Amino acid sequence: MKVTYIQPDGSEQTVEAKPGDSVMQAAIAANVPGIVAECGGSMACATCHVYVDDAWASRTGTRSESEEDMLDCAMSEMKASSRLSCQLRLTDEMDGLTVHIPEEQF
Amino acid sequence: MDLIEGHAPLAPSDDIPVLDIDPYDEAVLADPFPYYAQLREAGPVVFIPRYEVLAVGRYEETKATFSDHENFVSSRGIGFNDFKLEKPWRPPSIILEADPPDHTKTRRVMSKALSPKVVRGLMDDFRSTAEEVVDGLLERSEIEGVVDLAEAFPTRVFPRAVGMRDVHARHLVDYGAIVFNAVGPDNALRRAAMARAPEVSAWINAACARDRLTGEGLGALLYEAADAGEITAEEAAMLVRSFLSAGVDTTVTGIGNALWCFSQNPGQWEALKADPSLARPAFEEVLRVTSPVHTFLRTANVDTEIAGHPVPESAKVLCVLGAANMDPDKWGDPEAFRIDRRPVGHMAFGAGIHGCVGQNIARGELEALLTVMADKVARIEPAGEAVWRPNNAIRALDRLPLKLIPK
Repeated sequence: MKVTYIQPDGSEQTVEAKPGDSVMQAAIAANVPGIVAECGGSMACATCHVYVDDAWASRTGTRSESEEDMLDCAMSEMKASSRLSCQLRLTDEMDGLTVHIPEEQF
Repeated sequence: MDLIEGHAPLAPSDDIPVLDIDPYDEAVLADPFPYYAQLREAGPVVFIPRYEVLAVGRYEETKATFSDHENFVSSRGIGFNDFKLEKPWRPPSIILEADPPDHTKTRRVMSKALSPKVVRGLMDDFRSTAEEVVDGLLERSEIEGVVDLAEAFPTRVFPRAVGMRDVHARHLVDYGAIVFNAVGPDNALRRAAMARAPEVSAWINAACARDRLTGEGLGALLYEAADAGEITAEEAAMLVRSFLSAGVDTTVTGIGNALWCFSQNPGQWEALKADPSLARPAFEEVLRVTSPVHTFLRTANVDTEIAGHPVPESAKVLCVLGAANMDPDKWGDPEAFRIDRRPVGHMAFGAGIHGCVGQNIARGELEALLTVMADKVARIEPAGEAVWRPNNAIRALDRLPLKLIPK
């Protein structure tokens, strides 16, 4: 399956991923700039923040309370579409998922 | 029940390999890498008879056990003492030594106080202080890296960030070392720490009071959370104490270990000078290679298992973060210090709900210091033997004689 990351300047990168990966892990494996993920997926750093593309909003589930708390701490503005990509697990229905990378992560 | 090192005796399942060594022998603490390899090779989980504890050191099992807060709790202590069976030496931390839901509440307050946004606001002070400290050292032919730099920098910026009116650099550094030695077995290190604890703890506790803090710093953010009813005022004081136990000695260790890594790997210093944007990834690699927190424990709160081996309720489990960070199955060439490795998932800050809540501020401090040094220092050269200081949970340098060659 595929995931597309769109940078703040509009450039796009589409990477291969597999169900069960997190959107963060797929980005790290492909060296996608802007997904820093310093804490490795513990919800302790907020440096893997993404905005889920509107077209995918209904398929990416909801944020947990602790994820929301951490997003509130993130460097770039928290929006309704904000997720920590380490908490966004890929499922078969998410093939082709598009996420937008914020201006700053730390 | 007769306790062993403050915890219940443990008769392990026959299928768990026995590793008959003392991980807290001072020679092992000074050079733990052969022990790390033995631990990983012995099995996914091993029994250490001397202390009647289990231990994990392979990456997968260490990460899984350390972050499984439902089966392996922190509220019974992250050292040898089982707080359910024996009174701890100090009131337990309400974040480090707590489980959900209590932990969730305090963690939320601490996360906000130490958020990327807050750290961004501290970076100017971190950078200008790094410049002052480094400029002062460049005038000297030789420095002692631990005292002159690793301790000098955090003990200037961190109390200011917290908003402390009282600063006692020695007590601040030593409090962390005491707390970390206290999580070990009842050995000479722990006994020496306990002997110093009353004096240092009294100073620390007094310094955490609201009237000893300015209205500006991280400490004030905690007391504001108390005003808002999120936590009590007593809890705010306890969390300021957590800043001081977990935020000074650890960062001192991180800086010392970074200087050591670069003094041993001059090619990597050249790489950082060529691309100073590698300062943050370089720190991650320092953390992976040196694991400033080498071991914390968990306690099985129910009958459970590790890698299919049964683990009874009350069992203490050493989670050897330093061994996991050197696991060749995870890292390929773990011995190599490569600042562009980007070792996402290393265990130096832990993992899961107890992952270091101050990791963003630690990264900010190191980014500032390494960036300033990459701009001003041509070479970092050893000027004598580096000596490690044994500690039951921390792997830190005691002495690090260096020459800093200016650009």
